[in-house]
Amino acid sequence: MTLSNELVLDATNISVQFGGLLAVNDVSFNIPKKSVVSLIGPNGAGKTTFFNVLTGLYKPSEGKVMFGDREITDLPPHKIASIGLARTFQNIRLFGLMTAEENLMVAMHSHLKSGIASTILRTPRQRKEEKEALDTAREILDFVGIGKWASEYARNLSYGDQRRLEVARALALKPEILLLDEPTAGMNPQESGVFVDFVHRVRDARDVAILLIEHDMSVVMSVSERITVLDRGEKIAEGSPEEIRSNQRVIEAYLGKAASEGRGK
Amino acid sequence: MATRAARKAKKAAKQPVSHRTWALGYLAVAAVMFAVYQYALPWEGLPLPIYDFLQLWLPPSSVNEALVYVICALGLNIVVGYAGLLDLGYVAFWAIGGYSAGWFMSNFFEQWKFHGLSSVATTEPGLHINFWLVLVIGGAVCAFFGVVIGAPTLRLKSDYLALVTLGFGEIIPQIFFNGENINGFNLSNGTKGITRLDPIPTGVKDLGPFDFGSKFVVFVLLAAIMVFISLQLRRGRLGRAWLAIREDELAASMMGVPLMRTKLASYAVGAVAGGIGGVAFATHVDGVYAERFNFSISIFLLAMVVLGGMGNVWGVILGAFILAWVNSTGLPALGDTFNSQFGTEVDFPSFTFLLFGLVLILMILFKREGLIPESRLRLVLHEGDADEELKPAHEEEK
Repeated sequence: MTLSNELVLDATNISVQFGGLLAVNDVSFNIPKKSVVSLIGPNGAGKTTFFNVLTGLYKPSEGKVMFGDREITDLPPHKIASIGLARTFQNIRLFGLMTAEENLMVAMHSHLKSGIASTILRTPRQRKEEKEALDTAREILDFVGIGKWASEYARNLSYGDQRRLEVARALALKPEILLLDEPTAGMNPQESGVFVDFVHRVRDARDVAILLIEHDMSVVMSVSERITVLDRGEKIAEGSPEEIRSNQRVIEAYLGKAASEGRGK
Repeated sequence: MATRAARKAKKAAKQPVSHRTWALGYLAVAAVMFAVYQYALPWEGLPLPIYDFLQLWLPPSSVNEALVYVICALGLNIVVGYAGLLDLGYVAFWAIGGYSAGWFMSNFFEQWKFHGLSSVATTEPGLHINFWLVLVIGGAVCAFFGVVIGAPTLRLKSDYLALVTLGFGEIIPQIFFNGENINGFNLSNGTKGITRLDPIPTGVKDLGPFDFGSKFVVFVLLAAIMVFISLQLRRGRLGRAWLAIREDELAASMMGVPLMRTKLASYAVGAVAGGIGGVAFATHVDGVYAERFNFSISIFLLAMVVLGGMGNVWGVILGAFILAWVNSTGLPALGDTFNSQFGTEVDFPSFTFLLFGLVLILMILFKREGLIPESRLRLVLHEGDADEELKPAHEEEK
């Protein structure tokens, strides 16, 4: 698995400070086109903070984020989402009282054009736009395998289907990068296995790069082409799964120094 | 379990009476009432008891007033019911709409003279613009103020938003209340108000303050337009974004929905309805009086939306009609009947707010989704107690 040299996202020297706490310290990170990369680290390592910088929820105190040729560091979240950075949430945040297809159509909001007047008057263009949006939504739902629940309220779906719907909703933004925040949380090993295939299928069929934050090491190791490890806000390692598996600092960070030394003996 | 939940959800989603049926019902009721007011009431052959009954319990003026409340409540429903923004200052838009009518449809500004398609004699001083144009102007002015007030306000969340809107709901009527002499300029005529408004031109005849039957038709039409606008917007791009914001603001913004713009749109559309309601109310009472635009109107309208069913236009119509009617006619009429029956002297109308408070508490306790709930909400609010099984398994972990 060789990674493309072309970067779709390039974050350089990102620092985030919350009062006296340096949550992320001078981290540089990039995402090659159509790659599957992961961000791991023990609890409190700054993964989610970093994630929130990429999606525009936090502004970094230093550093900048480039999306292709465009700087997105200071853009508001909805702008970043609409130009092609879509995310899912660790604790599912679907629009529960909206149907699956409506959930997807909300995500298409920034790609649709009809305004107040054309919506009230139902102009032919508005109707056409709505119909196309609905078709796209159904197509994406079919793609993630929950097409039969298209007109079901999101809150009524099973847990696994809700996870799928979250991915589908993110895909409806037509993103170039898909950020998955602990997507296998709450899944059993078998479901996680299915998920690994699903991630690759999404990447190949939808032409997106995928960034994962994940705790389940078996998932991370089998799905990622490159892994970046954060610990206490700093990047301590980056490389292929094999490299990371044998990296001394990573083992220290996860298991503590004594354990890693014991292992060395 | 999943299939059962699914089936029940499908039933809740698809079974409710369709909007078409509701609309036809609305028009049918309106037609019957119009026939009664226009033909039956003036008819000499009408038996006296029926005549008295109608005049006591359902006088045309109270029905028209209720319709004005319906128009405004429909606007508030867009803000509160659709987008989930608690607005406690809605009366501001009602006032602005009312004064638009006062300014553009009376002799008030004697220093100027302008006639815009008005049916008033051209010798009259003041600004006289056609009622239908004033509706548009009032709506536009309110939309403008909606954006002006909303831009700084809507950045706040829930309780804070409610408090600041409350503030604006006090400020705007106060400006009119004290606007008799702003550097020598009389903006609002202060407490004396602006009175004698132009009649409503219809092409056939001009409707003065006492043409209840014909004005009833005008108000029914305005309310119908608001219903139409609400429903069309709800089932479109903007309506989905409002709902998404109501459901989860953060997730909505992460899905590319611009929060400020979308909230402002709901606020502005709601304000337009308030403006139209204000113009209608001004023609109904043939004047604008600053002291009528007080805080209790905002609460009153909110109670209508909650009672009827937040987010469901038909519920809101029913809620608004019932509360407005109880307030203007129901209680006084009940009081008259009661007192003359038992020879007592209980002042029923003074119990208005006691009654409304009670209604709100009972609604919150037993029927939170309102009289005619939005189908989506019915799903949530009644699944817990009715059927444990409906709860998705993972929800229980929370």
